[in-house]
Amino acid sequence: MMLIPCPWCGPRNETEFHYGGQADVSYPAEPQQLSDADWARFLFYRANPKGIFTERWNHQAGCRRWFTIRRDTTTNEIFQDDSHEAVTR
Amino acid sequence: MTGEYRLAEGGRINRDRPVRFRFDGHDYEGFDGDTLASALLSNGVHQVGTSIRYGRPRGIASAGPEEPNALVQIEEPFPEPMLTATTVELRDGLVASSLPGQGRLATEPDPARYDAINAHCDVLIVGAGPTGLAAALSAARSGARVIIADADTEFGGSLLGSGEALDHAPAGRWIDRVTAELRDTPDVTVLPHTTVFGRYDDNYLVAVEHRGEDAFTRQRTWHIRAREVVLATGSHERPLVFPGNDRPGTMLATSARTYVHRYGVLPGRRAVVFTTNDSAYAAAIDLHDAGVEIAAVVDVRPVATTLWTARCVERGIQILTSCAVTGTSGTDRVSGAQISPVPSADSAPTVPSELDCDLLLVSGGWNPAVHLHSQARGTVRYSEEIGALVPDSTPRGVRSVGAAAGSFTTGECLRTGSEAGRDAAREAGFGADTAEVPGAPSGPVTPPQPTWLLPGVPAESGDEQFVDLARDATVADVRKAVGAGMSSVEHIKRFTTIGTAHDQGKTSGLLSSGVIAELLGVEVAQVGATTFRPPYAPVAFAALAGRDRGDLYDPVRVTAMHDWHLTQDCPFENVGQWKRPWYYPQPGEDMDSAVLRECHAVRTGVGMQDVSTLGKIDVQGPDAAEFLDLVYTNKMSTLKVGRIRYGLMCHADGMVFDDGTVMRTGEHRYLISTTSGGAAGVLEWLEDWLQTEWPHLQVHLTSVTEHWATIALAGPRSREVLARVTSDIDLDNDAFPFMSWTDGTVAGKAARVCRISFSGELAFEINVPWWHGREVWEALYQAGSDQDITPYGTETMHVLRAEKGFPIVGQDTDGTVTPHDLGMSWAVSKKKDDFLGMRSFSRADTVRSDRKHLVGLLPPADSAVVPEGTQLVELAELPEPPVPMLGHITSSYRSAALDRPFALALVKSGRDRIGQTIYGHVGDRLVPVEITEPVFYDKEGNRRDG
Ligand SMILES: [Zn+2]
Repeated sequence: MMLIPCPWCGPRNETEFHYGGQADVSYPAEPQQLSDADWARFLFYRANPKGIFTERWNHQAGCRRWFTIRRDTTTNEIFQDDSHEAVTR
Repeated sequence: MTGEYRLAEGGRINRDRPVRFRFDGHDYEGFDGDTLASALLSNGVHQVGTSIRYGRPRGIASAGPEEPNALVQIEEPFPEPMLTATTVELRDGLVASSLPGQGRLATEPDPARYDAINAHCDVLIVGAGPTGLAAALSAARSGARVIIADADTEFGGSLLGSGEALDHAPAGRWIDRVTAELRDTPDVTVLPHTTVFGRYDDNYLVAVEHRGEDAFTRQRTWHIRAREVVLATGSHERPLVFPGNDRPGTMLATSARTYVHRYGVLPGRRAVVFTTNDSAYAAAIDLHDAGVEIAAVVDVRPVATTLWTARCVERGIQILTSCAVTGTSGTDRVSGAQISPVPSADSAPTVPSELDCDLLLVSGGWNPAVHLHSQARGTVRYSEEIGALVPDSTPRGVRSVGAAAGSFTTGECLRTGSEAGRDAAREAGFGADTAEVPGAPSGPVTPPQPTWLLPGVPAESGDEQFVDLARDATVADVRKAVGAGMSSVEHIKRFTTIGTAHDQGKTSGLLSSGVIAELLGVEVAQVGATTFRPPYAPVAFAALAGRDRGDLYDPVRVTAMHDWHLTQDCPFENVGQWKRPWYYPQPGEDMDSAVLRECHAVRTGVGMQDVSTLGKIDVQGPDAAEFLDLVYTNKMSTLKVGRIRYGLMCHADGMVFDDGTVMRTGEHRYLISTTSGGAAGVLEWLEDWLQTEWPHLQVHLTSVTEHWATIALAGPRSREVLARVTSDIDLDNDAFPFMSWTDGTVAGKAARVCRISFSGELAFEINVPWWHGREVWEALYQAGSDQDITPYGTETMHVLRAEKGFPIVGQDTDGTVTPHDLGMSWAVSKKKDDFLGMRSFSRADTVRSDRKHLVGLLPPADSAVVPEGTQLVELAELPEPPVPMLGHITSSYRSAALDRPFALALVKSGRDRIGQTIYGHVGDRLVPVEITEPVFYDKEGNRRDG
């Protein structure tokens, strides 16, 4: 049961959150201009690293805030030095 | 009457409180403070069952949770399977039996209460032996919030069974003093009877507290979040591998010592002690002094420690160094041990000598209890000095100390425990000092000689040398695994099942690694150990469930009209957490006839349905229109205030994920509806895009699902019924057209009424504040009584919408279906620059001509309903597998209006095959079905205006 730092509510149990996958996968500015391959890359390609991963969480059972953290996928350690205000996808 | 093996005095049992119990059909007596095991031993009962594979007699082998043999089934007070006799507290009226193999669960519900509690602390100390108590003292005196938990019935750990002195006084006095101080310290929680069985991320630890049969809650699960954890979990003595090492009467040496000191029980009359280390000497001395004849101490080491030798000589106990027990005799109980010299390179084979005994004490060394450390992702290493795995790395916020870290003298445990408590409190931000601890005598120690396979013991006896008593796995099994080419301890564990029983290999784990190492001819360190996983000790599901069972298993959501539905005795359908009326049977009706009647009523008269569960989200802000244009496939910015539009939402991959209506309630305000089960997911999805991708849009979302009670009034007579309860709404079709809404008064309550229809009939959706839901519902029911107004449930709603070809997202779609696949291209705007899903509609995969389309299917008119999920194939005869699948049936019902069965299905190129016949595979039959348009009823849409 990870203790996840919500930028609004502070640390809360993992069960209050919903996972949002890799962060910083921005919605393309002009999707209609992209090739099928580039669009498929946006839709389907995600990193799955062993180690530090920048990822999104949603405080679903709390304040509904989406936010970004960095987590070590091998230890589940969350790095507190991040700017949790980051609102990138 | 006390048992014949009970000492006249001593022990921590309460001799004023005799306890009667029954085991395997015999009545016995013990004392309050006994475990089932100690009480049985006091009555001379060693054998407590037979082994799981070979049916060999097995006895009590330990005095704690590491017990591999003595599994019992509790019958009274309440059936409970697979408990270890060594941890079952004796109580009056206990009835238990020996248990080979699986246990038996109770057939009736457990009447006891189980509960859960959440706790936060600065320092959690696991284990209240000398180490844990010393740690708790240091931490508690710093003012930190401390929890100290120990699985045993009382604090003291190894001190309880060792008879040791601290500062020249009985250790019990120090234990009592420390425990009293901890209890008196504010913010210290003292938890005996509590097993911490799992350590999870971020120091979340879970423990189960056994509160006793008479307590208000029998067991309580503690969910503890700790800043710092001190693992003072002690160590487990390891048995030895030799032929016949499983005979009842074979017991861990220190456990025998515990039976003497803690319970005042002699586990036998004449003992052979077989050891590889110093600790068994204390057992030999203590048992001798309590009246057990010690036939010999058999030590594999060439030289015994001077101090212990002197003590043995004083008592006339013979020590046989460089010797080993190489066999046992006896039937249901050990009656003798064969002793052989440990062979060296130049020695000649010798004939073993036999010593009579009824007790064989063994000590193969000590395994630190590194389970929780390992669960915390701490690594372990094999220590040659102590011949066991010790913590290596230190995980953040977790420190192992005392015997759990490989320190085996009481003095060192006290000192390092006190330091660990101080360090943990400091780490948690408290100014802590080391608490003073008493002195414990200790002398020089001769290093142990870790022993796995005895040299000189013939390989043929491998099937009598048990490595895992609980799994009945032997050296022969390990040899077979290694012979088959396995070298990984994880593979061999799975092949032999060693370490997979209820005890999780507490006594057998490292032993098997040692045996594997010898058979492979490598170092134990190279073999390592298998992963330690929670739970540390078995936990009852009842304890984990706590109060979350029965009605409290999951929250139940009910509508404002729920109590009315209850008066109709209708069955409910679970939709997410919602309870929705399924159908309303009249006396003598089954579901099919009730649904046909309800459908007929809506098509010919008037029906009413509680549709309050549909998700509702209030969308507000100057950019609300722009936002909805981005998330719906169709255009919502052009919707006029007062009008309603149906909308589809797709994920960026172009697949439909929810649908509903969009009402424009103001220039900058919309009310959107979602599927009943999808409401939370839609809200999260919309928040995601608003917060992370389009934060510049000024839009706020609020879930208002439970603000409204919503009634669908449907059927050609619905206008007539509604007119009777409203005076300020012009219900005329021109004034109040299809897909519009208006505010007004219904049954005297402020209401928002919509002209939307999910059945194709003239219909109104009446929204009133939740509070008035039942009142308005009853008023409408009353108003329509002379029209035979018919309440209908979800099943009828499904049939009616399917007759109209309206898909249900999640039933007729499965995340692989586009709006075009549904035949709903009309709901996809071609006038927008972009919206979620748009780009995907031109992907090569989504423009394929052989995609599955939603179509209608007609089985023969006189046939039964074809089950939902039925696979569809091309031909009337199945070809050789693999059979190409054309799709499957997603919705299937009997239609009252058509008087025949019909279905909706996803079929490859379905729209291009209308009129063709394909086949549904039902059981072992193939049922012909004709592909049709998905709209079966009122294709022209003439009925919606009444
Ligand atoms: Zn929050």
